[in-house]
Amino acid sequence: MKRLFLLIFPLAFFMATVASAQTRRSGTEAVMARGQIVYKSVCLACHMATGAGVPHLNPPLVNTTYVLGDKAALIKIVLNGFNEDVKINGQSYSNTMTPHPDLTDRQMADVLTYVRKSFGNKASAVTVAEVKKVRARNLRAGK
Amino acid sequence: MKMKKASVFLLSAYASAGLILFNACKSPDKGSTAANDSTATAIKPTTSSAGLTVPSGFSAVVLAEKLKGPRHLAVTPQGDIYVKQSEDNGDGIVVLHDDGGKATVKSHFGNYGGTGIAIKNGYLYATSNSDIYRYKLDDKNQVINPATPETVVSGLTNKRMHNSKSIVLDNDGNIYVNIGAYSNICEEYDKDKKGCPVLNDAAGIWQFKADKLNQKQSDGVKYATGLRNVVGLDWNQQDNQLFVMQHGRDALHDLFPSLYSTKQSADLPSECMYALKKGDDAGWPYVYYDWIQKKLMQGPEYGGDGKKEADAKYLRPAMGYPGHFAPDGLLFYTGSQFPEKYKNGAFIAFHGSWNRAPEPQEGYCVVFQPFKDGKSDGQYEIFADGFAGPKKTPDGALHRPCGLAQGPDGSIYVTDDQGGSLYKISYKK
Repeated sequence: MKRLFLLIFPLAFFMATVASAQTRRSGTEAVMARGQIVYKSVCLACHMATGAGVPHLNPPLVNTTYVLGDKAALIKIVLNGFNEDVKINGQSYSNTMTPHPDLTDRQMADVLTYVRKSFGNKASAVTVAEVKKVRARNLRAGK
Repeated sequence: MKMKKASVFLLSAYASAGLILFNACKSPDKGSTAANDSTATAIKPTTSSAGLTVPSGFSAVVLAEKLKGPRHLAVTPQGDIYVKQSEDNGDGIVVLHDDGGKATVKSHFGNYGGTGIAIKNGYLYATSNSDIYRYKLDDKNQVINPATPETVVSGLTNKRMHNSKSIVLDNDGNIYVNIGAYSNICEEYDKDKKGCPVLNDAAGIWQFKADKLNQKQSDGVKYATGLRNVVGLDWNQQDNQLFVMQHGRDALHDLFPSLYSTKQSADLPSECMYALKKGDDAGWPYVYYDWIQKKLMQGPEYGGDGKKEADAKYLRPAMGYPGHFAPDGLLFYTGSQFPEKYKNGAFIAFHGSWNRAPEPQEGYCVVFQPFKDGKSDGQYEIFADGFAGPKKTPDGALHRPCGLAQGPDGSIYVTDDQGGSLYKISYKK
């Protein structure tokens, strides 16, 4: 059983990677379109259609290292929510962000790619494999 | 907490059912004028004044600009204006003098941000997000020692969210302070639905002795509970009673997409005016008020389905306003300058919404709520509008009304914590 798992797991991982590569080949446009649907449904109410957020309450998604920097840290925010006293570009934001672990790996990769490439942002895409990896680590950490 | 389902819902387009007057401060008008619900009517004709539209006969001037996040304010009989600002480092309070048409800055002091400020019985009271301080005033209502305030209460619950502390005093030596819930709807603190623990140390109005120093939260009385977050509040001198404006919950659609459309989630729940008595429970997080159905509803986190009514034991609002308008200022008008109908009625400053997206944002205005014999009476009216300018969004608005106060001549003052302006609105026959 254990051996079977060891065999299947890398295979599944390989297939996921292939699938993710296929997604990339199928075009950023499709990812962006899917990401926008997720964004509108899950993120827009607080972060606004422009990604500008709400002064003092909900942080902006533009011009911030929280979005444009380390992808693993960004994925963790979506998985676990956010409730820390931090300043972003000198401003503090008081609302608590709800965790969104129910999003699939694909939905999370799509929406984060959308956010990192919209509102004037020009950062690299987030892949399904990257989300999967962070989620697995996150689960091991007991979150 | 019921987590948002991963399945993604396409946004439906909902036609707005209501009228939009002046492209602004207006809610869907269901054509009803039930006793304790209110739909807006415009007062015509209006005049444009200092970028605002105000009723005919009124005029607005910008008394001061570039204030630093001005929140609530208090005005003395001598025409000095104490404005609580969001800044620390000596800018916590700025003192202006109204020279008629413009204000000059007299001084500034206070190393703490915050919202609340009030004058009573020879003292200026002001709040940070966790403490209440007071300053003795001289016979001209000037602060004697701005650098050394006395601490009335310290260590009030401050967990970032809804942490502003608004204050008002009664005529019996008590001070009332809002301690807002550090949560939208308690979902993260009451997963087993055994009762929301946030109600123990927040989500209510606390009462303290105004002249007793160095009190802790536990020294106060939880005067009223089940209030999610109150920013605007005032003491009604006719009723000798506390009135507060509650900011209603967010995200009905986001959390329960199968029960609430995005349009319903924009309009609901109501922002509520409550007339409070000691011991009242307004029901957060278990219930919310639906101003369209005019019913107190069971919240979806606690078995509600958008149709089930709440237990009648919870306090009904004195008046319901459309969702997410964000009432940050409340003022009962006791002056004589304005026409008779304004006397003893309420002005409400609606800071403006953010949680109505993808529907258009609303609010960003000051409304007048008529009162008769100490009870809210009929429809509210848009009083001052146009604060936002061309972009009525939280980040795009040029100005957002926040605090309200009445001057010695019966004019009213409005702060704008977005653009930093201070407005004065007056009436001339």
